[in-house]
Amino acid sequence: MSGYAATGTLVRLALRRDRILVPVWVLALVALAGGSASSTIALYPDPAKAVEAARAAALSPAIVGMYGPIADPNNPDSIGALKTLVLGGIFLAVMACILVRRHTRSEEEAGLTELVGAGVVGRRAPLTAAVLVASVTVVVTSLLAGLSMAGAGLGLTGSLAFAAAWAGIGLAFVGVTAAAAQLTETARGCTGFAIGTLGVTYLVRAVGDTSAELGWLTWVSPIGWAEKVEVYGANRFIVALLPAVFTIALIGLAFALLERRDLGAGLVPTRPGAAVGTPSLRSPFALAWRLQRGLLIGWLVGFAIFGLVLGGIAGNVTSFVDSPQVADMLTRLGGSAGSLGDVFLSTELRFMAIGAAAYGISAALRLKSEETDLHTEQVLATSVSRRALLVGHAVIALGGSALLLLVVGAGLALGGASQFNGLRKALGHLLPAALAPIPAVWVCVGLALVVYGALPKVVVVAWALLAAFLVVGELGPLFGFPRGLVDLSPFSHGTVVPGGSVPGAPLVALALVAAALVLAAGVTFRRRDLVSS
Amino acid sequence: MSAAIEIRDLHKSFGSSVALDGLDLEVGTGEVHGFLGPNGAGKSTTLRILLGLLRADSGSVILLGGNPWTDVESLHRRLAYVPGDVTLWPTLSGGEVIDLLGRLRGGLNATKRTALVERFGLDPTKKGRTYSKGNRQKVALVAALSSDVDLLVLDEPTSGLDPLMEAIFREEIQAVRAEGRTVLLSSHILSEVEALCDRLSIIRAGRNVETGTLADLRHLTRTGIDAVLADPPVLQEISAFPGVTAARLEGDRLTCSVETTHLGDLLARLGPHGIRSLTSQPPSLEELFMDQYRRGSALTDQAAEARA
Ligand SMILES: Nc1ncnc2c1ncn2[C@@H]1O[C@H](COP(=O)(O)OP(=O)(O)OP(=O)(O)O)[C@@H](O)[C@H]1O
Ligand SMILES: [Mg+2]
Repeated sequence: MSGYAATGTLVRLALRRDRILVPVWVLALVALAGGSASSTIALYPDPAKAVEAARAAALSPAIVGMYGPIADPNNPDSIGALKTLVLGGIFLAVMACILVRRHTRSEEEAGLTELVGAGVVGRRAPLTAAVLVASVTVVVTSLLAGLSMAGAGLGLTGSLAFAAAWAGIGLAFVGVTAAAAQLTETARGCTGFAIGTLGVTYLVRAVGDTSAELGWLTWVSPIGWAEKVEVYGANRFIVALLPAVFTIALIGLAFALLERRDLGAGLVPTRPGAAVGTPSLRSPFALAWRLQRGLLIGWLVGFAIFGLVLGGIAGNVTSFVDSPQVADMLTRLGGSAGSLGDVFLSTELRFMAIGAAAYGISAALRLKSEETDLHTEQVLATSVSRRALLVGHAVIALGGSALLLLVVGAGLALGGASQFNGLRKALGHLLPAALAPIPAVWVCVGLALVVYGALPKVVVVAWALLAAFLVVGELGPLFGFPRGLVDLSPFSHGTVVPGGSVPGAPLVALALVAAALVLAAGVTFRRRDLVSS
Repeated sequence: MSAAIEIRDLHKSFGSSVALDGLDLEVGTGEVHGFLGPNGAGKSTTLRILLGLLRADSGSVILLGGNPWTDVESLHRRLAYVPGDVTLWPTLSGGEVIDLLGRLRGGLNATKRTALVERFGLDPTKKGRTYSKGNRQKVALVAALSSDVDLLVLDEPTSGLDPLMEAIFREEIQAVRAEGRTVLLSSHILSEVEALCDRLSIIRAGRNVETGTLADLRHLTRTGIDAVLADPPVLQEISAFPGVTAARLEGDRLTCSVETTHLGDLLARLGPHGIRSLTSQPPSLEELFMDQYRRGSALTDQAAEARA
């Protein structure tokens, strides 16, 4: 076998570059798994009560749709993994995606692969190194997570099955990203492809899990495979072979694609563009829009599909009898009381709000990559002011994230129209709940802009804050975080359940905070040096 | 001749590393001013401060009569910039970039644009990443040259250009000069500087080493001497002559190098020893610059002495 020369060196290089990112991420995931397990045990000191809750949850399509089915309701341990298997698995998949992309397409785009490739480095070495680093990280994380759950007091076999299921999700997305990195020319495109696949994977299994006729859909989703391992139930380790085979096939595909393409190129050659700029391409906003429109359209399509599918599932959910145990469990695990369908929808809307904030942050931080790519230098050397530059991207980040929530609200209403006696009523019921998180999302965007304006070298802080808000909101009640801490998250304020009333004051307050943050971003950005790396 | 750029005692540090350490620079209106110095001397940093991209720590900077940090919008209508590292947006074609940058500056001269695209042989339909290095550079050059601005700030504008394009670039800059516009040209290509620049400034480690015309600079450097003498003095005596270095005596043949200001003095001192033959070699441009780059501050001191 040739083409692998210097793989070891590249692995060491990757480990060195990741020496902070990987340990932090691994620790966070392990803490998430172990922490959820021990908190759940603390919540249900009486195993009989836990079994009761698990039985109720297993019967509730709302829970199943959100977090996946419960393998064995008679095993109290199964509740300990309910929230982490799918949700944590998604975090793990995102980590896998970022790790693979960082060492493949990002490096290639930056011209570093060319620099490295001119040395005695095999053609296949960079991809091999990236896949190795990411796979080992995924497997180690999963094992540690499983052990931490066993350590928290859950059954050992089930915990190991959990590790296998998690590793399956993570590895599958090592494979997906490895292939995506060959298809697309840009790191941004690679992320879009991989994360889009992750979204589809989540949805497909949600439909499969909650529908009698479409149950087979779960079997075509890597997240579904993790569910089919039936952790703390049948513990079918053999199912974990499915993602392993899937991953190997995708990595094989990635190598085959690698052989067929040029360095730096994707599979589709770049088409020529216009010889002159269209008359509208004449302002900083027009430029920002030109750079960002593709990404926004992708997100809008994704959110529309999510809305439609989840709306459809919500239709199934409400047809089930509301059970007090489930309502009780949802409240304990973190969520709001209400009719089951509404609880389901408001939980999903919480996730969608986090998603919209993630879009908003990435759109705002486009400013940062424009700056490090030295494009900002050229724009600011013209008579464009720093404020105009910032505003151009900020408008897209703020407007785009709000538009996403509007689209998801409309999608939910359209998908679930039947149960609300028509679209108009459905919109009236759901839109306020869908739109209420907009000010909180804007606070996140504002934070990203301020970090960019004041401390451009550590824009990653904006992402860390979003992750913290997600953990606080989703797991705060479970972990028993103090109220003061939970209140630090903008998503803890002004929430509206479907059909509920809209609290004006907190929403206005959040909007004012967001406005202040955007202003602060403008002031700090105007005072600092441009950074070139 | 009023100054287009006036920099006095400019300081700029990045954390603990000092990039500019008391830099002075004066560029007269209508002149093509060369800006030279070894790698890391602080040229790009100076240009970025002039463009308001970096903020000076201290010192005064006057650009086209305004303050480059606060008067960004009005000043930038009157100047165009070619950055040291040209990176183009991957999704925009070269033509779109040229039009965009021109419009953001407040308009571009469509006739010039067409002519320049033609002259540089640029394909404006290619997308950013698919240009070769030289062609990327051409996009930035066309974008800057096709607007009728008062001042061009060029940071190594010809890096990557082939000799044919380099020649076209020189003609374009001559045309800019003929129109009475000002150019600040940072460059490592000495023949380019020699061909284009009215005056030049050499900086090193963030300070001025020298400013003047090329003729002034030549005057400050050393001349190689190769002489045969009828009655050579002892070597120590020659080495002690003012401005003489690297003196060697082989029999009756003397080779040494002398500061050009002391050339006449040396000849006068050698006269009594009977000069049988003499060749003097003025320094080449390369030697001149290498000398300046290497010796830096020492030479400034000598120059100050010589002027005094
Ligand atoms: N953003 C920055 N952060 C830290 N140091 C910097 C930064 N920008 C420049 N420097 C340092 O300032 C000094 C001057 O750099 P500058 O780019 O101005 O040099 P230059 O004269 O343009 O060199 P070259 O001929 O290589 O282009 C260098 O030592 C460089 O390392
Ligand atoms: Mg430079």
